[in-house]
Amino acid sequence: MPKPKTLFEKVWDSHVVLHEPNSPAILYIDKHLIHEVTSPQAFSGLREKGLRVRRPDRTVATMDHSTPTIALSLDLIDEMGKKQLQQLETNCREFGVPLYDMQNPQRGIVHVMVPELGLTQPGMTIVCGDSHTSTHGAFGALAFGIGTSEVEHVLATQSLLQHKPKTMRVEFNGQLPNGVTAKDMILALIAKIGVGGGTGYVIEYTGPALRALNMDARMTICNMTIEAGARAGMIAPDDVTFEYLAGREFAPQGEAWDAAIAYWQTLPSDPGAAFDKTISLDVAAFEPMITYGTNPGMGAPIHQPIPAPQDEPDPAKRAALQKALRYMDLDHGESLDGHPVDVVFIGSCTNSRLSDLRAAAAILEDQKVADGVHLLVVPGTETIRRQAEAEGLDQIFKQAGGDWRYAGCSMCLAMNGDQLEPGQYAASTSNRNFESRQGKDGRTFLVSPLTAAATAISGQITDPRTLMK
Amino acid sequence: MQPFETLESVLIPLIHNDIDTDQIIPARYLKVTDKSGLADGLFSSWRYLPDGKPDPDFPLNRPEYQNAQILLAGDNFGCGSSREHAPWALVGWGIRAVISTSFADIFRNNALKNGLLPVTVDARAHAVLVAVSETESTPTVGIDLGSQTLRLPNGDEVTFPIDQFSKMCLIKGIDQLGYLLEHKSQIAAYEKSGQL
Ligand code: SF4
Repeated sequence: MPKPKTLFEKVWDSHVVLHEPNSPAILYIDKHLIHEVTSPQAFSGLREKGLRVRRPDRTVATMDHSTPTIALSLDLIDEMGKKQLQQLETNCREFGVPLYDMQNPQRGIVHVMVPELGLTQPGMTIVCGDSHTSTHGAFGALAFGIGTSEVEHVLATQSLLQHKPKTMRVEFNGQLPNGVTAKDMILALIAKIGVGGGTGYVIEYTGPALRALNMDARMTICNMTIEAGARAGMIAPDDVTFEYLAGREFAPQGEAWDAAIAYWQTLPSDPGAAFDKTISLDVAAFEPMITYGTNPGMGAPIHQPIPAPQDEPDPAKRAALQKALRYMDLDHGESLDGHPVDVVFIGSCTNSRLSDLRAAAAILEDQKVADGVHLLVVPGTETIRRQAEAEGLDQIFKQAGGDWRYAGCSMCLAMNGDQLEPGQYAASTSNRNFESRQGKDGRTFLVSPLTAAATAISGQITDPRTLMK
Repeated sequence: MQPFETLESVLIPLIHNDIDTDQIIPARYLKVTDKSGLADGLFSSWRYLPDGKPDPDFPLNRPEYQNAQILLAGDNFGCGSSREHAPWALVGWGIRAVISTSFADIFRNNALKNGLLPVTVDARAHAVLVAVSETESTPTVGIDLGSQTLRLPNGDEVTFPIDQFSKMCLIKGIDQLGYLLEHKSQIAAYEKSGQL
């Protein structure tokens, strides 16, 4: 009997072109995703060296990070941002890379758009100059973020030099309570293992609570895997995966579809496959989560008091908590439940998919956003925007007093002008609460779309279960 | 890429855990289309006071660290965004090595491709360095990449890990892309084999 393999090992092994002693493996890359911010220097590198893009057919580009959300025109952003986006257009034209530009009706945030098009498929290797490439692991792909030098490597050779990471299994057991979401599951995991807890690992998520999630929710979990330090999170493909992919533009069709399914069904980890580490969590006890600090690991259930620095035995961690609470202007000992906010942001590659918007709209229907609170809802792609509008979700957000926008990264990283003012508090469905991430000196509470919507109505951090019918 | 063999420098203390790449170089500096000029944005959210003036207490602004090339950081340096602008900004400022107990995976990869050496030390050696930088203003350390040793200010030497391939590239100052390009025919054969 051959040695049982994990999902990760199967995908890794089938993509190793060459592995010489004392060198990293040469790993073949099936799909390479490009956006405006991390690619210009890579294309310049190709030009300087007289190289071309080896496989433009395996490369796809979008505009998302600095694009305006108030209208589909590059004239609405600053000169430098505009120049960078125009550079992407030039690079894609010159090297033959397909680009989803501002006028393309399918354009959107790279990690939302690419799966939606059916380009993300089980068993693939996928990279992008973007750490949240981990999102695509939800389909059983090995997907991870790379730097711009590596973007150049992949453009030139469709390959990457990689050392084999270790494997960790995270098992979600039990049944998720009402009002608690995939976002809360991943925030709970990061709070438990810390922002460096996954460093050096690829995580495979398993367990009945995981299997019960739809693809949107699975993507939320894999998306934030990088916030635990693991470059990739993976989920074995199953019928939920296949149903999602069936009929999508770039999914295999006809006989090729049957062959693909047969292959995809061989991918799940074999019984008895060994992981370097295993963590089990019971989700039945989970509650809506919120972060109180300045990294995604500083999170707790919404009613739990903020921890006291003096209770932290490790001096470096104590100092980090003190620094974070000073930045957030928060006191330990109290919970965040009821803490006022200035802005509610529903969007980002973590939570801007149709099911996220539906969940938020279900809470906001026939309600009003609290006075003085700015609700910003930014769909992940233009396709999602139109789907949401067809369902009337945009009307729900607008009637509540919220702002409904065009697709893009928007306030997730505040490059396009959608940003917090210094000192403002935001409840945000995005993935990073780092200092100044959503605007210089802005303060972020990471939450689920349900908690964000409930918070928008009351103007203060609110447990969504109190509003759910 | 500038070759890296040995380095002797005063240690700049920036001893926080989990310093993310958004702090190393905030997103508003990422609109460039080349690699130059990023040092202006290095730690800019921490380097300047609210009125825009340099914070005299921030280590990079202190006169004694102006020519220092080695940064001492807390655990998990470089977490978060994959932006290679972070090592570009550090190298642009003149930093050639960062010492920590651990580095985020993507940051480490990016650093190694830009002649910036991530030096991982154990908690004990780290505690020695932290203690020294609390009592002395300009402690000096030495790095020898060939023997993978870090000389602490008290003269003790500790070794640090690095993969042999990256080490060779750093010492010779060569781009890792060269290795991939040398194996074009194997890549083509893989593509032909229809493994996919
Ligand atoms: S939405 Fe945020 S995290 Fe996602 S790709 Fe855009 S900037 Fe990055």
